[in-house]
Amino acid sequence: MTRFLLPLAVFVVLVIFLGVGLTLNPRQVPSPLIDKPAPAFHLPQLFDTSKTLSSKENLGKVWMLNVWASWCVACRDEHPVLVELSKLGIVPIYGLNYKDQRDTAMQWLKQFGNPYEISIVDADGKVGIDYGVYGVPETYVIDKQGIIRYKHIGPVTIESLKNKILPLIKELKG
Amino acid sequence: MVMQLTHMTMRSLRRCLVVLALSLISLPGYANEAVPVAEDPVLEKRLVNLAENLRCLVCQNESLAASRADFANDMRREIREQMRMNKSDEEIVAFLVERYGDFILFNPPLKSTTWLLWFGPFTLFFVGGTVLILYLRRRRAQINEKELPLTESQRLQAESLIKDMDKDQSI
Repeated sequence: MTRFLLPLAVFVVLVIFLGVGLTLNPRQVPSPLIDKPAPAFHLPQLFDTSKTLSSKENLGKVWMLNVWASWCVACRDEHPVLVELSKLGIVPIYGLNYKDQRDTAMQWLKQFGNPYEISIVDADGKVGIDYGVYGVPETYVIDKQGIIRYKHIGPVTIESLKNKILPLIKELKG
Repeated sequence: MVMQLTHMTMRSLRRCLVVLALSLISLPGYANEAVPVAEDPVLEKRLVNLAENLRCLVCQNESLAASRADFANDMRREIREQMRMNKSDEEIVAFLVERYGDFILFNPPLKSTTWLLWFGPFTLFFVGGTVLILYLRRRRAQINEKELPLTESQRLQAESLIKDMDKDQSI
């Protein structure tokens, strides 16, 4: 009996390992920044470049940082979700306009709606590197102490909001 | 009229030849244009050496040195800048790992979470090898136990059988 059971057990274990490997998404690289302080920035605002926003100004509130660009196709997919979320008024969304042209970016927001409290301009992607951005759109949830609590890679969907982001925000605010 | 035409074709032919000759002259010029990518070849060499061991996170099986992705471009620019600021290779790698995690390294560091990765294959190899050796030894012992010497009559019988077989084959 063991003559057959042992190879079968080995086979089953192998299948489980390979199955898990196949269902993992290699694009979802876990960020080492989770539970670390959000990298500081001090950047000009998109609509009024004479004004700036620095990360310190958001201390004391739970907020979302959404990395977006007008050239990013997947951003278009997630944009209606963000617009709806901003209407709920649960959490302020700040936009990091990543490596974009200023006028096309403003045009884009006029066309599709502007869910952002403030969008800041990261023209050369320097702040993007600090945040470990490698595939736009990316979204960070940052708590009152300025700690990154969650990173969502790729478009934010209604499911990801319901299952992960909104419960987390509720917990962080509470 | 005919003379004029031939004259014209001759002229246009000559013009073509001149253009061809000029384009040939300019060919090495084109080849030269692509060479001076960096102002500082020493720094560029150091950059390539370092970037070859770093993963481009967009096209994940390419290195930061080889990839043409925008991301890799930005990373190379960042590394170049840091090198100009006299940062050591270790400091630059630490900077990138802090932001992108160990995944950016093609050589995963040896630490408790990567023990399975580093030692798993060797463990598997030795366990498998030991099992194989034990199994083969046991089987040999079993065969030796079963292998009994033939009696004289059995031996004669076997020989005659072999002879018969040889005969059959020769026919």
